[in-house]
Amino acid sequence: MTDEQKLAKFEARILAGEKIEPKDWMPEAYSKTLLRQMSQHAHSEVIGMQPESNWVLRAPSLRAKKILLAKIQDEGGHGLYLYSAAETFGIDRAEMIEQLQTGKAKYSSVFNYPTLNWADIGAIGWLVDGAAIVNQTMLAKCSYGPYSRAMIRICKEEGFHQRQGYEIMAKMMTGTAAQKEMAQDAMNRWWWPALMMFGPHDAESVHTSESMRWKIKVESNDKLRQRFVNRTVEQAHHIGLTVPDANLKYNKETMNWEFSEINWDEFWAVVKGNGPCNHQRMAHHIKYHNEGAWVREAAIAYENKLQQKQKTTV
Amino acid sequence: MSNNNSQFPQWEVFIQEKSGSAFEHAGSVHATDKKMALQNARDIYTRRNEGRALWVVMTDNIASTTRDDEEEFFDPSEDKIYRTPNFYKMPAGTTNL
Ligand SMILES: [Fe+2]
Ligand SMILES: [Fe+2]
Repeated sequence: MTDEQKLAKFEARILAGEKIEPKDWMPEAYSKTLLRQMSQHAHSEVIGMQPESNWVLRAPSLRAKKILLAKIQDEGGHGLYLYSAAETFGIDRAEMIEQLQTGKAKYSSVFNYPTLNWADIGAIGWLVDGAAIVNQTMLAKCSYGPYSRAMIRICKEEGFHQRQGYEIMAKMMTGTAAQKEMAQDAMNRWWWPALMMFGPHDAESVHTSESMRWKIKVESNDKLRQRFVNRTVEQAHHIGLTVPDANLKYNKETMNWEFSEINWDEFWAVVKGNGPCNHQRMAHHIKYHNEGAWVREAAIAYENKLQQKQKTTV
Repeated sequence: MSNNNSQFPQWEVFIQEKSGSAFEHAGSVHATDKKMALQNARDIYTRRNEGRALWVVMTDNIASTTRDDEEEFFDPSEDKIYRTPNFYKMPAGTTNL
């Protein structure tokens, strides 16, 4: 079969709703785009543990602490599912981690913002995980089998992440004036970064049309962002929070909440490494990766010893 | 194994949801040995009571077919519908069959 015939067959399968599996023929641009996207997604899960773990030791109750720990553990698991899925392209995990640590691979910019107080933990769960759910529910329908399966598993676990965040916000909104102010302040700081999570406008997104044709994504950035806004504005109002956007208004015809233009200069500045925490996040990752070296060494030494023992007993 | 940046060998994880049901593939983990593979699999794939029994098997030990041999490999079973009960015509009014 020529490459054109293979491509035609590949596209026909995608059109028919079939999934592409690791050993199947696929165009190079397909695996390249997916690998970039999946490794970025895996790194985001892992780096995303940092802003939240900042509050584990200061959680206001044992209940809150247990919940936060469980959520952070889930995020680590999400990273692992995604690294495994990315490894189906034949890349080594160590290589992906090196790409992260040298800045060649990106992670979601939203994790370059700081968590200043407990309300931020509520805002992250509700807004950041909320935005992630909208995106990941779409990705569960993508054409690459291992990615789609990882997303289905992740979506099942995300439900509690968003609800625990909203619960924190709702509780603070029934508290003292100072607590309400804290919740509103967190809302004000996390709202726009959450909207930026969906990426640039479709018209400016370099990969959109091919990605849509090959079902690497099945809905556009703007459509997903609008879905998130529609859901979230109503949840905010429900507990008395104000959305920090003077132009926010409901359009009865389109049934959408219309909102202001995103500050794209800020978006690109953070992507390029100039967010408030970019440096700190990476320094932390590198430090603990290096400090964990003795654990990996010990595991390898132990396994070598086991094999030695087996050889001598056989 | 020696490289300290090694991700360790890969294992495939199978979970049995409840006693008597089939073991189903859940995903993979990395580990140096069987015990670590089982513990990692428990921590990663069964945090919400997804199962009460686990298998782990080194990925390298799994043989699989590919999409390319799909037709050649599976076609022989396609024209043998007499292997299914509906192929047979029963006399009208037959019951319990
Ligand atoms: Fe996650
Ligand atoms: Fe999450």
